[in-house]
Amino acid sequence: MTEPTLSVRNLRVEIPTRRGVLTAIDDLSFDIAPGEVLGMVGESGAGKSITGSAVIGLLEPPGRIAGGEIRLAGERIDNLAPDRMRRIRGRRIGMIFQDPLTSLNPLYRIGDQLVETILTHQRVTTGEARRKARQLLEEVGIPAAETRLSSYPHQFSGGMRQRVVIALALAADPELVIADEPTTALDVSVQAQIIALLKRLCAERGAAVMLITHDMGVIAETADRVCVLYAGRLAEIGPVRNVVKHPQHPYTIGLMAAIPSLSGDPDEMLAQIPGSMPRLGAIPPGCAFNPRCDYSFSRCRAERPEPYPAGTSHAACFLHAPEALRQAPSDILQAATAAGISLPNTVDGAS
Amino acid sequence: MIAFAIKRFVQALGVMLVVALISFMMFRFVGDPVNQLVGVDTSPAEREALREALGLNDPVLLQFGRFVVKAAQFDFGISYQFKQPVASLIASRLPATLELSLVSAFFALAVGVPMGVYTGLYRNTWLARGFLAISLVGVSLPTFLIGILLIFVVSVHLGWLPSFGRGQTVSLWGVWSTGLLTKSGLQSLILPAITLGLFQMTLIMRLVRGEMLEVLRTDYIKFARARGLSRRAINFGHALKNTLVPVITITGLQLGSIIAFAIITETVFQWPGMGLLFLQAVQNVDIPIMAAYLLLIAFLFVLINFIVDLLYVAVDPRIRLGGARG
Amino acid sequence: MADTSDMRSKEPGRIARALDSDLWYSFSRSPLAMISTVVVVLFIAAALLAPLIAPHDPFDPANLSILDSFLPPAWLDGGDPRFLLGTDDQGRDVLSTILYGMRISLAVGFASVIFAMVLGITLGLLAGYMGGWVDSVIMRIADVQLTFPAILIALLINGVARAMAGPQSYDKVVFVVLVLSIGLSFWVQYGRTVRGSVLVEANKEYVLAARLIGLKPWTIMVKHVLPNVLGPVLVIATINLALAIITEATLSFLGVGVPPTQPSLGTLIRIGNDFLFSGEWWITIFPGITLAILALSVNLLGDWLRDALNPKLR
Repeated sequence: MTEPTLSVRNLRVEIPTRRGVLTAIDDLSFDIAPGEVLGMVGESGAGKSITGSAVIGLLEPPGRIAGGEIRLAGERIDNLAPDRMRRIRGRRIGMIFQDPLTSLNPLYRIGDQLVETILTHQRVTTGEARRKARQLLEEVGIPAAETRLSSYPHQFSGGMRQRVVIALALAADPELVIADEPTTALDVSVQAQIIALLKRLCAERGAAVMLITHDMGVIAETADRVCVLYAGRLAEIGPVRNVVKHPQHPYTIGLMAAIPSLSGDPDEMLAQIPGSMPRLGAIPPGCAFNPRCDYSFSRCRAERPEPYPAGTSHAACFLHAPEALRQAPSDILQAATAAGISLPNTVDGAS
Repeated sequence: MIAFAIKRFVQALGVMLVVALISFMMFRFVGDPVNQLVGVDTSPAEREALREALGLNDPVLLQFGRFVVKAAQFDFGISYQFKQPVASLIASRLPATLELSLVSAFFALAVGVPMGVYTGLYRNTWLARGFLAISLVGVSLPTFLIGILLIFVVSVHLGWLPSFGRGQTVSLWGVWSTGLLTKSGLQSLILPAITLGLFQMTLIMRLVRGEMLEVLRTDYIKFARARGLSRRAINFGHALKNTLVPVITITGLQLGSIIAFAIITETVFQWPGMGLLFLQAVQNVDIPIMAAYLLLIAFLFVLINFIVDLLYVAVDPRIRLGGARG
Repeated sequence: MADTSDMRSKEPGRIARALDSDLWYSFSRSPLAMISTVVVVLFIAAALLAPLIAPHDPFDPANLSILDSFLPPAWLDGGDPRFLLGTDDQGRDVLSTILYGMRISLAVGFASVIFAMVLGITLGLLAGYMGGWVDSVIMRIADVQLTFPAILIALLINGVARAMAGPQSYDKVVFVVLVLSIGLSFWVQYGRTVRGSVLVEANKEYVLAARLIGLKPWTIMVKHVLPNVLGPVLVIATINLALAIITEATLSFLGVGVPPTQPSLGTLIRIGNDFLFSGEWWITIFPGITLAILALSVNLLGDWLRDALNPKLR
């Protein structure tokens, strides 16, 4: 088996506040294989962006990594000295932020920002860097690249600016690209173009992508696998088709049901999950989702579930625990089956 | 760009007119100009003749028009206390004040900006906290007190530098007397310049620090970090350049208040500038000098404002080039 | 519907409580804020009680003896234990003149701030609520005024007042003139803050609702809008108090403020300044230090208050 490009193990991110330490990410593990696109989904505040920031080493203080490991192509990067981590940023991990309008320094020409980035990571002359900058602009589909190099950010439209941002993030051919809501701030009409562009460029370069978004449509079209976060914890992770079509965690089921479909009955009410995600300081004991879950039982309120195999996915839910059939009340098991949850087929420890 | 300059120019003209109106009303209605010019034994007929000769019986609007036209030709009338043309009085005092103000402004910038950058970048170090504490003291201490303390320690106690006057001056082209070319002139300048500049320095330092902190939180700095740019490039390239845009505006405007604040410093150090002249005018109710000084300060303010606006345009491409979106 | 109105009526109480506790939290964590509060309170108390605690009455000619003039502080050679901080050229006890001087400095400071606050809030409410040309005129005046430093405006007003009152009667009206000139040069900040807040609040639903049920505009403004700007106004007022004290001292130092017969700290420094070179430094340095500590403490308090009420800046 090849080494994953990114491997996150038991990541724990804490934010000390004056009212106590908040745990923003709790015991999160996932891998991204070379060239793979992993979608990160969840409500705002679920910890998607924080995971991205933790991987690239740019957590906003006072947030800090309090446990676990992050490995890039096998090399541990969460405990590197600041200067060594800086050399990895941009060079081996590229990042794209949500708002292209504010991601570019308004006082610098596009070309200068590109050349600066290229010169930071590659041993080339200024002339070569400039040529490469023009090439990058052409690659991301900016017409008249040569003249546009001397334009300022405000002279571009939002979509064009995000193209420039992508060019900047890919300038040094990183092996991992973290895209944090890359299209949220854009007009709907250009969202699809930007996503397609990002996907194509990363595929050409063989770069793995961590795509953070709350837009399930984008995930379904772009990602190979999906990782669903809830209150800073992993809810479900698996191949995109399975997670979308056959979600195995009750939260994912609710999330998928809440997506409007074009083919469906227009008069049909959108499903909602009752209640709202708990604030970080008020996560209930046991499974974080249990107060809102239709299928919870006594164990859910007492213990924290770990990710169990659930079909081709993994889901952090006791319904997938080998001993589920013995522990959960039968009416809940029936309801879960009816909702499409595939229960473990062995009755472990029943003897 | 040209439209912008014209618009600003018209605005400046408006402000000048308002100030001129205030000056004129002071001149015309505060006290009786005739009383100030003649002795007690002047007969009512003579007074009336003078009044007519000065045009004080004309419609007020006409008088105002005449005032503006004269002011535009630097004719502000005769000082009540010195019995000399106000314009020549001010012209003889102008170099002293301008030299003091410019040197102070330079000192304030040269020290304030680096201190602000440092405290913005390394805000939790002891040195940064020390700078901040000093700045608060600097803001709290009245200028005249700083001057007195400096005189007490440096001049009286240590005897290092002169405590009053401009020292020896040299006349340039017969119109400008400078103290910058002689040793005693430069020595005399040090304490007043520090006194006048200290407050502005702390202001600039706090401003730069605040802007720096603000800029360091922006997305483009975060993105610059995510691109792996070096600390140097981020802090002194990206962050500093963006910090300095608003700083230019405010320091420019501060230059105006430095010239006005020179009144206090000039009093403490007996510096023979416009401020001292103005203060004597206030104490002796010498309205023509007060009116002229007000107009001059307003003119300097407007001029500086105008230059700052143009500078701002030169630095910020968003204004210079216009474009699709702000 | 019943639900939302219930929320509304609870809201201010909750906010006020949160603000209170946050303020208190921030206060209890800031030794600087506590020290400066103690200093300010001590100074105000000392100023109020000056006639009771001052060792001498410096303004009673019967008490003064020219033989006591220019005595250095008690701990120096030639010092007199009766005069802890020495005496001035007329034999007045420096400590007592400082206590009485602080009284005048603080009185002028407080009066100017209150005057500026009342004027600024009124004009701000007017500008914000009336809009149109009233707003334009008020804000244009504010703009023009803001281009000039406060001290210059105070000096100009002072000069005009001097001319109108004439030299004889000027000493009688000097306090009013000082308060007017300092207050007039400070109103702009309040005016702008209040106007901005009115513009924001005026479009909010509760103001519309209050208008719908027929409350008079002024009632709405005073009862609903004003409480929202109290925080910022308090911060401006505190910082302005320091500025007003400094401005008064500066004017007095420049010789256009309080007369020597009723000296403020600034006047004392001016008087003492003449003796700095002949070695009698205590006459000017002690009032100077007092003024510095007073202004610094008030500023520290204002700084802390601004940060505490403005979590964004933390």
